[in-house]
Amino acid sequence: MSNLKSSSSELDFDRPNLEDYLPTGSIQEPHGKLRLRDLLDISPTLTEAAGAIIDDSFTRCFKSNPPEPWNWNIYLFPLWCLGVVVRYGVLFPIRVIVLTIGWIIFLSCYIPVHLLLKGHDKFRKKLERCLVELICSFFVASWTGVVKYHGPRPSIRPKQVFVANHTSMIDFIVLEQMTAFAVIMQKHPGWVGLLQSTILEGVGCIWFNRSEAKDREIVAKKLRQHVEGADNNPLLIFPEGTCVNNHYTVMFKKGAFELGCTVCPVAIKYNKIFVDAFWNSKKQSFTTHLLQLMTSWAVVCDVWYLEPQNIRPGETPIEFAERVRDIISVRAGLKKVPWDGYLKYSRPSPKHRERKQQSFAESVLRRLEEK
Amino acid sequence: MGNASSLLTQYDIEEVQEHCNHTFSQQEILSLYQRFCQLDRNGCGFVSGEEFLSVPEFAVTPLSQRLLRMIDGLNFKEFVAFLSAFSAHASLQQKVEFIFRVYDSDGNGKVSFNDMLEVLQDLTGPFISEVQREQVLTRVLEEAGYSKDSSLVQSDFLKILGSSDLKMEVEIPVD
Repeated sequence: MSNLKSSSSELDFDRPNLEDYLPTGSIQEPHGKLRLRDLLDISPTLTEAAGAIIDDSFTRCFKSNPPEPWNWNIYLFPLWCLGVVVRYGVLFPIRVIVLTIGWIIFLSCYIPVHLLLKGHDKFRKKLERCLVELICSFFVASWTGVVKYHGPRPSIRPKQVFVANHTSMIDFIVLEQMTAFAVIMQKHPGWVGLLQSTILEGVGCIWFNRSEAKDREIVAKKLRQHVEGADNNPLLIFPEGTCVNNHYTVMFKKGAFELGCTVCPVAIKYNKIFVDAFWNSKKQSFTTHLLQLMTSWAVVCDVWYLEPQNIRPGETPIEFAERVRDIISVRAGLKKVPWDGYLKYSRPSPKHRERKQQSFAESVLRRLEEK
Repeated sequence: MGNASSLLTQYDIEEVQEHCNHTFSQQEILSLYQRFCQLDRNGCGFVSGEEFLSVPEFAVTPLSQRLLRMIDGLNFKEFVAFLSAFSAHASLQQKVEFIFRVYDSDGNGKVSFNDMLEVLQDLTGPFISEVQREQVLTRVLEEAGYSKDSSLVQSDFLKILGSSDLKMEVEIPVD
């Protein structure tokens, strides 16, 4: 029975309450007797609509802002051309070779380890963990990743979960080269999907489909099991559920904050001096994204492992999620917006409109009584 | 880097300005153009209703469906003309005319009792009953010297709304 109950609440897993974040009372409450003018004057609502058409905080989260072309003037132009030749003609081939070597080493070790050490689970897991860290280091090397890690390196311990802001799939690679995290991620098509279902599943990663409510339920269940296991890899969750352009944070899904375990925030900030690391999955495939990174000078980023947080007595998971989002946003210098990232894929629920209708209706009825 | 904004020449901008009665400055039109291109995701030169609805802040306004009828499939010139009522330079007359057009869904130049009832329904949703809505509207209409059967024309709207200060302005971010 309790099982049934929990599974229905898991359906709520991905539905934070927008109401809790939206500013209230954008339309002021006028007083006095209701006149025809008050009913006909729809200008506040129209202004709101037009304001959203002209500029809205949601679209801004997913707009890729190309780096300022600091090297773009006539004197530096020849140098820039030379740079293009070096980047595409020298760096890129070297990086491809490095990545290929990495894959050869990785596969030639991984396959025997995976097949031969069937009996020694603990040992095999440890080796696989190292190998995944290794191939991720090769990936980072293939875009000359200059990554600075601040704070203590995460260790394997039950009852803790890491949450980070999300800019691109490479977040995962950058974090994975230090620690073999088990990650919760959207299932991707193509070669990324193949990697997900073969190799990364070995490290305990969990995949799901954003649009499948059923998947979410299963994920929530797996999550709980995973955090209980003593020698499972530490769990990493990107609670935004989608890639944001590293200037904003969208609302955190509360799933990670309901597990009743310690939450360790991780803040990732990319420096855009050479390339914008934001992966706009609607505009480019992951392969093109990687190629873009591999033909740039370097990917510069900072990673902060922040102070672990626990839910405070009396705090709801949503409040807890907001508090952690605050911590990450401050550290990485990101602005917070009150939107659910999944709105990229779906329309906002009619609830939000109904709330506006309700407040208008109430004000009409109230003023009708007044004389 | 060739930015999208450089695709508009001075001639283009002046033409658009002409079209919207010079309610927007050239800088503002450039900003609006960038925004237009952003909204027009598939780059076909007009913004479909579906694309407007992908802006959540727009989709949640109670009048979004009604407005969609006016803005579905706008090209850039029409887009600017539509927004011109929200410019700080637009006259009161222009703003009232815009509101009138929102009410006048069949475009016959008259707003009937039913038109007003429909908008009121959009605004209040299920929170006021059908009967009550009619009562409220009849009452305020009668108090203002109209009846249930009279249909309002634009000058009536100007008389009713013109005395109050309409706050119908949206600032356009210019960088």
